[in-house]
Order: sequence, then C-alpha cells, then structure tokens
Amino acid sequence: MRNVVPVLTVVVAIFALWYVAAIALNAPWAEDKAKRAGVTLTTSQLIADTWSQKKPKLPAPHQVAAEIWKTTGDMALKGRAFSKRSLIYHSWITFSATMLGFILGTGLGIALAIGIVYNRTMDMSVMPWVIASQTIPILAIAPMIIVVLNAIGISGLLPKAIISMYLSFFPVVVGMVKGLRSPGAMELDQMRTWNASGTQSFWRLRLPSSMPYLFTSLKIGMAASLVGAIVGELPTGAVAGLGARLLAGSYYGQTIQIWSALLTAAALAALLVGLIGIVQRYTLRRMGMVR
Amino acid sequence: MDLSLTFQTNDGPVHALKDVNLDVQKGDFVSFIGPSGCGKTTFLRVMADLEQQTAGTITVNGVSPAEARAKRAYGYVFQAAGLYPWRTIGGNIRLPLEIMGYDRADQDARVKRVLELVELGGFEKKFPWQLSGGMQQRASIARALAFDADILLMDEPFGALDEIVRDHLNEQLLHLWGSTNKTICFVTHSIPEAVYLSTKIVVMSPRPGRITDVIDSTLPRERPLEIRDTPEFIEIAHRVRDGLRAGHSDD
Repeated sequence: MRNVVPVLTVVVAIFALWYVAAIALNAPWAEDKAKRAGVTLTTSQLIADTWSQKKPKLPAPHQVAAEIWKTTGDMALKGRAFSKRSLIYHSWITFSATMLGFILGTGLGIALAIGIVYNRTMDMSVMPWVIASQTIPILAIAPMIIVVLNAIGISGLLPKAIISMYLSFFPVVVGMVKGLRSPGAMELDQMRTWNASGTQSFWRLRLPSSMPYLFTSLKIGMAASLVGAIVGELPTGAVAGLGARLLAGSYYGQTIQIWSALLTAAALAALLVGLIGIVQRYTLRRMGMVR
Repeated sequence: MDLSLTFQTNDGPVHALKDVNLDVQKGDFVSFIGPSGCGKTTFLRVMADLEQQTAGTITVNGVSPAEARAKRAYGYVFQAAGLYPWRTIGGNIRLPLEIMGYDRADQDARVKRVLELVELGGFEKKFPWQLSGGMQQRASIARALAFDADILLMDEPFGALDEIVRDHLNEQLLHLWGSTNKTICFVTHSIPEAVYLSTKIVVMSPRPGRITDVIDSTLPRERPLEIRDTPEFIEIAHRVRDGLRAGHSDD
C-alpha cells in the first residue's frame, strides 16, 4: 500500500482543479442571474452559486456525487435498484453488453492469433485487415451494425456486444500473436528433439509463454469493450445503458446527469480492469511467473 | 552405435561442413572442439535432425537422424538450460516424459531417479529462478537423461558458467557417463574441458567446417580433477592445440 499517498495526492489535486474550474466556467451565468435580479454578489455568494446551479456548465464534484448517490445507493435502499431511473440498472445493461462483447472479442482475437501464427496464408493476409478494421471510426460503423442486424431481426444485447467485440478483439490479436511467437528458436528446437506434436508444442510451450501478453491485451480489450458498448447504446434511440444516459443528458442539458454517467462508466472500467489484474496476479503466481 | 557420415552441407553458399567423416562407437565420450564457425554445433544439429545435410549420409544408431529423433534415441542439452519458468524443476523434467506418453507413476519414479543422478534431490518443487545457473544446467541434463536415450548430445552446456562451477559439473558429468554407459557427443571450445572429458577428441577448423584431427585419449576412464596436471594430460592438450593451429594455418 506504498502508493496510497501519491494516489491520494493526485486525487486531491484533481478535485481542487475541478472546483476552481467550476467557479470559472459557471461564474458568467451566476453573474447574469444576479444582474437580472438586480443584486450584486459577494465573492463567497458567487462561489456558492457556481457550485450549486441546476444546469451548470461544469457541475461541482459534490453535485455529481449527490446525483450518483441519488440514482444508486439511495434507490437501492428504497428497493428500486433496478428501476429505469437507477444508474445501477443502466450500468447493468452496459456491463452485460461489455462482458458479452469482451468474451466474443477475446475468443475471436485468440482464434485469429492462432491462425496467424500457424498458417502462413493467414499471416500474410489477415493482419492488414485487422489493422484496417481499427482505422474506421467506430462512431461511423456502429449505427450500420445496429441497423443491419435489426433488419435481419437481431436486436437488444447482441448488436451492442458485436460493436464491443469489434473494438476488443484487436488488442487480443496483436498481443497473442506476439505472445504465441515469444518462444525462442532454442525452445522450439527442444520440442523438436522430443519429437513433440504441434498440439503438444502449442499447449505446453506456446500458450503458457503467451500468458503475460494475453493479460495485458485483456486489460486493454476490456476498456475498449466498454467504450464499444457505450457507443453502441447511442444509436439505439437512448433506451437504456450508460450511453443512453449520456445521450439523454445531453438532449436536455442535464450536465450533472452526464457527468454522473461518465464517472460511473469510469468506475465500471476501473473495476473490470482491476478484476483482470487480480486474475492475472493469481494465474501468473500459480504458474510461478511472479517472483 | 555405429555412426558414419560423409556429407556436405550447404548453408546458402556457405560450406558449413565439408567432407566430414567420423565414426563414433557406443560408450564413447566424443568432444568436438574448434573455433566458432567451424561447424561443430551444425554437426551436432545434423545428428539431432535439427538440420539436414545436403550431401552424404549419416546414421545414428544405424538409422537416419529423423528416425532416431522419432524414436527419441538421443537427449539434447543446449547451451542455455531452457527450463520453462512456469514449471517447477520436477515439472520441467516431466515435460518430455509427458510428451512421450509415459504413465504418471513412471514419470514420478524417473523424475526422482534423474534428480538424484545430478544431485538435485529435494529440488523437485522449486522453480527454475530459485536455482543457480549451474543447478539449472544440471536440471536440464537431468531432463535429457529422463527418457533413457542412449545418446546424449551436448552443445556447450557449460559455456555460460564460471570456471569453478564448470570444473565441478565436468567431474559430475564424467561420473554420470561412467555410471550410465551412454554415448556422449560434447561440443566445447575449451581445450582442458575437451581433454579432461573425452575418450576421443575431434578437432575441427572453419571455412569450410572440416575435421583436422581425431585424437584418441590415452587417459584412463577414472579421472580425478588432478589428472589435469599430469604430463600425459598436458601432452594430449598440446596435440589438440597443434591441431587447432594447423587448421588455421592453411586458412
């Protein structure tokens, strides 16, 4: 827990900056209001106003925190944790699309990597397409995927998961190709002297060698997957999910709602990536790779 | 073992080995010595079917290297120990046994036996990084011994170790050879090491790789480390040095 102090220092610095920025950005509106009401504000009144507006340009942290609490803990206490106004409900929607997309993307990524490593034709042909796929802005292609899948009768979770998959398979392919190729010439020769079959070399040498690369890729893939799920929720007409909350918030100028959805998404991402980190530590320790 | 070969390898336009002729008898300890680039490692790799000759024939145990490899007739020890960091020492030695399909009880017995053989009993559950370089190399020798191959091919196995550790391992290796009656082909570029260990020393020279001298050692099979100070030892070392020099002069 050596890093608690530095982390806390950074957090405090961010909050300080945030409060200052809130004053600067919201002050014009506060002064406007005061002028129309015909009163002059003291500095402390002005600051208090900038931190408590209903539709501020930049909501202060405590406003966002209050909004998050109101839509999560408070609602859970009242037994409405999964009502449509609760962030828990929206997070759950986004989380399920993220996870499904992440699992599909990881599977696709590993399968492609194996193909690329073992098949010369795939090695030459697939990689450029994999890279090209990531140069297309996901915002442009996401509505297409939703519309096309809707046309063939697939809607709901799967289209969003596919957008997540589209983003998350890439780091897995790149990482796993590197990982599966990480055994050196000597290790491969060694397998040859034992007359090991291709599958034996794969399970006993290539796959274990690639584990550190896999986990690094999974962390990036998970974050990308969450972005994909949120982007996938934008063109679905803002029904449900953190993306929908973002969109609805921006329609109605509900900056506090936008920020609370944003921070919830960030917390969700941190949680998921952290979970992978725990699995990574446990797996690598079991494999004797952590000293 | 009867191993005769005459072949020319073409490594691109480079003659890695040219008209090499050699017979190795069962139970021999043969050292290959020469400057780098003389093809001693290539020669070993051809025996192991990691490389194929472009001309000539080679037989290992009376069959082609490919067949010998398929029959797991040899154990190969590389310069680096090459232990898998995610497997314990026992797990690493078990690896070729798993690949070759020995049953579990047999695996356990063999791991135990070869660990005793290289004096690493009790280290079965340790991970490679917990062992010193010399111990790791011993574990890799144990791994090559685990599956009863008659031939042991060793490619500068102690090249990366310091002299004190190397002396100790040489002594142990001789002991191991005496007690298992294996045929050992040993690549080195240390003259004392080659003379101390071998019954037969093959001196090689580069460009193209060829054999300049084959010296049959007159030293007894039982060799304490002190034998290196006897006139007989120095005499053989001298012949090796001459052979190496001769190989260079007509370069």
